[in-house]
Amino acid sequence: MFLRTAWLVLRKDFAIEARSWEVLTTTLFFAASCVLVFAFAFVKEGRAVEDAASGILWIAVAFSGTLALGRTFERERYSETLRALLLAPAPRPALYIGKLLGMLAILGVAEALLVPMVAFMFQATLFARPLLLLGLLAGGTIGFAAVGTLFAAMLVRARSRDVLLPILLYPITIPVIIAGVRGTAALLESPPDEPIALMWIGILAAFDVVFVTLALWTFEPLMTE
Amino acid sequence: MKRLFVPLVVVTGVLFAIVPFLIANAPYESTMGLIQKIFYFHVPSWMAMYTGIGVCGVASGIYLFRNNRRADGYAVAGAEVAVLFGLMGLVSGPLWGRKAWGVWWQWDVRLTTALLLELIFIAYIMVRKYGGPGSEKLAAATALFGTATAPFVYKSVDIWRTVHPKTSVVPELLAGSMPGAALPFGLSALAFVLLAILFITVRTGLAHRQAALDDLYLELED
Repeated sequence: MFLRTAWLVLRKDFAIEARSWEVLTTTLFFAASCVLVFAFAFVKEGRAVEDAASGILWIAVAFSGTLALGRTFERERYSETLRALLLAPAPRPALYIGKLLGMLAILGVAEALLVPMVAFMFQATLFARPLLLLGLLAGGTIGFAAVGTLFAAMLVRARSRDVLLPILLYPITIPVIIAGVRGTAALLESPPDEPIALMWIGILAAFDVVFVTLALWTFEPLMTE
Repeated sequence: MKRLFVPLVVVTGVLFAIVPFLIANAPYESTMGLIQKIFYFHVPSWMAMYTGIGVCGVASGIYLFRNNRRADGYAVAGAEVAVLFGLMGLVSGPLWGRKAWGVWWQWDVRLTTALLLELIFIAYIMVRKYGGPGSEKLAAATALFGTATAPFVYKSVDIWRTVHPKTSVVPELLAGSMPGAALPFGLSALAFVLLAILFITVRTGLAHRQAALDDLYLELED
């Protein structure tokens, strides 16, 4: 029942997205333009500042993730579909998991574009340890999306939600972003610093556990009026 | 709490009157000299901030899961006190750092995460102020996430190598690592925590009155 509900919510979101590709295309475009904007800031005489690549990658993920979160839940607000979802006789945490999986899919696609783009444009050796990079990306994305989905869902009913989402999201998720940036920077060293990257993956995993547990635990009372 | 309030005010007042003299007479630390005395304000401010965070976190949990509106009053008070004392810690820290490390700000883990913690509770206040109706629950969730981050900020100096001293400094000092410093520090910490508790009590009373007033307005409109 639980997994089936989550799957149905995810399939519903995919079906809507497949009609227009609105969230995905705007997110990807925004992610790419983020990289360009940061390139202006961190490139000196045609060469990127050392260590800039990992920071640019993660900030692009965080910014485009915020945009995608806002858009996905803005869609739920039209004609009160979120309320309809909440009225359905389904476990609330399952709705959350469904939404979270949708978010992870969008961010996953965005990262699939961003990682090669940053590696290519900043001569970053991101693919030297693909498994460790995957671990860092997965850990960071789950932590960011877990908090983001919860807050975006709550903000659907609030005033000035566009401003409040980044205000709430960034202070809480910055530890996750820092862990991602430091871990990726360790991979970019030559040779890649595997123990340090593994340590950051461990920290990311700890954050993911705390954030997902807290989110699952608070989603029900938060979405009850 | 009401019966305890006046005695607490008196005790806190007396403490704040005598602690400055104790601090002035405390011995100079061997390497840092006079500047080390910021310690007597800096660490107690963070202790007071954590008192606020603790109250805010527990009250937010009770508000969210039991729908207890009185708890919400404690949560606001705790958050505002946390921001106030956090600000004090964030001001006294760089003043000390300028002399001890030569720079106002170091991007080490403790300083960065402490700033984040302060930002989370400022965000809490902003959500309540600008979030419109129903934002109290949203704020309560923010507080829970902030409270979950707080122990991590406290332990960060033990996990990473930072320029900031480790958490073991305080217990060591109280055990007598620096003769003559334990008493002024202990009393200063007690004074700050008591002040935080007093602020929280007063602010909670105000929040409860505001809630009662809102209810009366609603009744009048119906």
